[in-house]
This record gives sequence, C-alpha cells and structure tokens, in this order.
Amino acid sequence: MAKIIVVTSGKGGVGKTTSSAAIGTGIALKGHKTVIIDFDVGLRNLDLIMGCERRVVYDFVNVINKEATLSQALIKDKRTKNLFILPASQTRDKDALTIEGVQEVLEELAKEFEYIICDSPAGIEKGAQMALYFADAAIVVTNPEVSSVRDSDRILGILQSKSRRAEEGKEPIEEHLLLTRYHPGRVALGEMLSVSDVEDILAIPLLGVIPESEAVLKASNQGTPVILDTISEAGMAYGDAVDRLMGEERPLRFLEVQKKGFIKRLLGG
Amino acid sequence: MGIFDYFKSKNAPTSASVAKDRLQIIVAHERTKRCQPDYLPQMQQEIIDVIRKYVNIGSEDVQIQLDNTDDCSILELNVTLPE
Repeated sequence: MAKIIVVTSGKGGVGKTTSSAAIGTGIALKGHKTVIIDFDVGLRNLDLIMGCERRVVYDFVNVINKEATLSQALIKDKRTKNLFILPASQTRDKDALTIEGVQEVLEELAKEFEYIICDSPAGIEKGAQMALYFADAAIVVTNPEVSSVRDSDRILGILQSKSRRAEEGKEPIEEHLLLTRYHPGRVALGEMLSVSDVEDILAIPLLGVIPESEAVLKASNQGTPVILDTISEAGMAYGDAVDRLMGEERPLRFLEVQKKGFIKRLLGG
Repeated sequence: MGIFDYFKSKNAPTSASVAKDRLQIIVAHERTKRCQPDYLPQMQQEIIDVIRKYVNIGSEDVQIQLDNTDDCSILELNVTLPE
C-alpha cells in the first residue's frame, strides 16, 4: 500500500517544490520506490528543480486523458535510484485535473510505488484541493512570517474538511509542519517568529526546520535537489526531516546563532 | 547583546512578538468561522429581512454567532434597535 504525502502551504513561494524535491529524493535514497507528482498545471516547475526539464515528453494531464501511458510519462531520475517524476502539463488549464482522473492515476501508481509525493500548487483553489484530496499525510511548508502562517492554518482547515479522509470519516490526514527559510539570527533579535511561536499558533507536530541557506538557490540553479548537498545546512536539515518522517528520532539542528568573534559580539552586529 | 543594544528601549515589544499576538487573534477568529455551518450567512440575512419588515435596521445591527460547547450549540443573536 503506497503512502500518499501532499506537500502544501496555501501561500506561494515558501518552498513547496524545493521541499517536495528534497523529501522525495531523501525517501528514495532510503531505498523506497518513490514518485513525485507536480500538481501545478500550467506552471510546472518540479522538472526544473529536479533537473529533468529537457526529458519531459508526456505529462500528468496526458496520462489522465489517456494520450500517454504512465510509463511513458514517468521520468526516471538520473541521480537517485528508486526515484521517478511525473511532470505537470505546461499548457492546459487547471480544469484538466479531475477527481476521477487523479484517482485513477494514483491507484495505478500505488501498485508500483511505496511513496507518492504530491507537490501542490499555491492557493486553495481546485489544483491545491486536488493535490491534497487523496493524501494520507500532509507536509505543511511554512515560513516564519505572518501571511504564510495564516495561510498554513487555512490549508489545515481544508485538510481537515475537504480531503477524502475527512469526507469518508476516516482517520484524519497525518499533519507535519516544515518550517523553511528560518533565520536563527533574526529570531534571536526578535525580528522573526521562532519555531515555538509557529508551533504554538498552528499546533501541529514539527517535522523539521530548514534554515535560510544559500545552498537552496545554488541547488535550484543546478537542477539538483538540495538534500544531495550534504555539506550544506539546508541539505542536512532536509535529511533530518526525512529521517523523522520515517519515524526516526533526530534532534533539531541549526536553530542557534553561529558563534561570533569578540569584536562582532562587542558591536552587536 | 552588543553595546548598541543598551541604547534601545527596553520596553518596546519585538516585532516578532507583535506578529505572534496578531496571528493568534486572527487565526483563532478564522477557526471559529471555519467551524460554522454554511447556512449561517444566509440565515443571518433572512433574520435581518424579517426584522426589517417591522423596524428599520442596518445589516451591521445584527450580530449572529454560533458557539459550540461539548454537548450543545448556542445560537446567539444580538440585534441593536434604533432609538
């Protein structure tokens, strides 16, 4: 039985696709057969982040419309074993996704894969609802910033009321908070919401904290999931988050301000 | 804490704590709304229409709220009548 995990946030630009790519890669590295689906019809970007944009021939909508088979549309990742990508359609409108069509594709994928990661589009419209509808677990990507936290709370409400699990009265979707673009220095100065502030407000279990890191932009420039940059803080933090997702205990890292020299400390810079 | 920090006001709340307070209020408010049934806005409008037949009130003069406790729901209706 495959586990369907939606990576969602409500707000755009918080790191959903970066997180989907990193977490999907991390799970595959652990030996689980994994597929990441881009649900952002019309604004496909997962292919770029994964570095497979030139290998896209068929997409999710082609499969739903039976213009291509799943095996034709799935892209096998070149770096990571056990990892596949199902790209979104770039041209068609959002109505191309239907509940029945998505369900059919997910059921077929579930026969072959252990983990199905759904990279949600921003917003709370149809595309986002489609991405979360069949989910067993949700990773809510949040920045320590007011609009992102509020939108995350909104999306939690939707997970609890408009998912298949909610509609069928089943066990609710497992919720995980992933705090990204975290800046320990600014938190220490009282300029940024802290991990515990966001936990207090959203009241869902914390999966991980990804520090603001230059490695993220560098990785996306190169089309490599940042988790493969194992010497970067962001890469290691994603690694920890994947371990926790798999049920392992990992202490939080990179939440403290790095030690400064005497002069810098004196000047308070 | 650097030497410059000593010149800053000690009492002013940090912007992060302001953000947290604002978020806690708005999120709590939105959560209560989320739990409300879909018919509530329409019911509110119809109640306003009925009262308007007899008294001239504006739509902002009627406040309607549904509170859920453990085993009962309380529909609170607050109508401000003109003098």
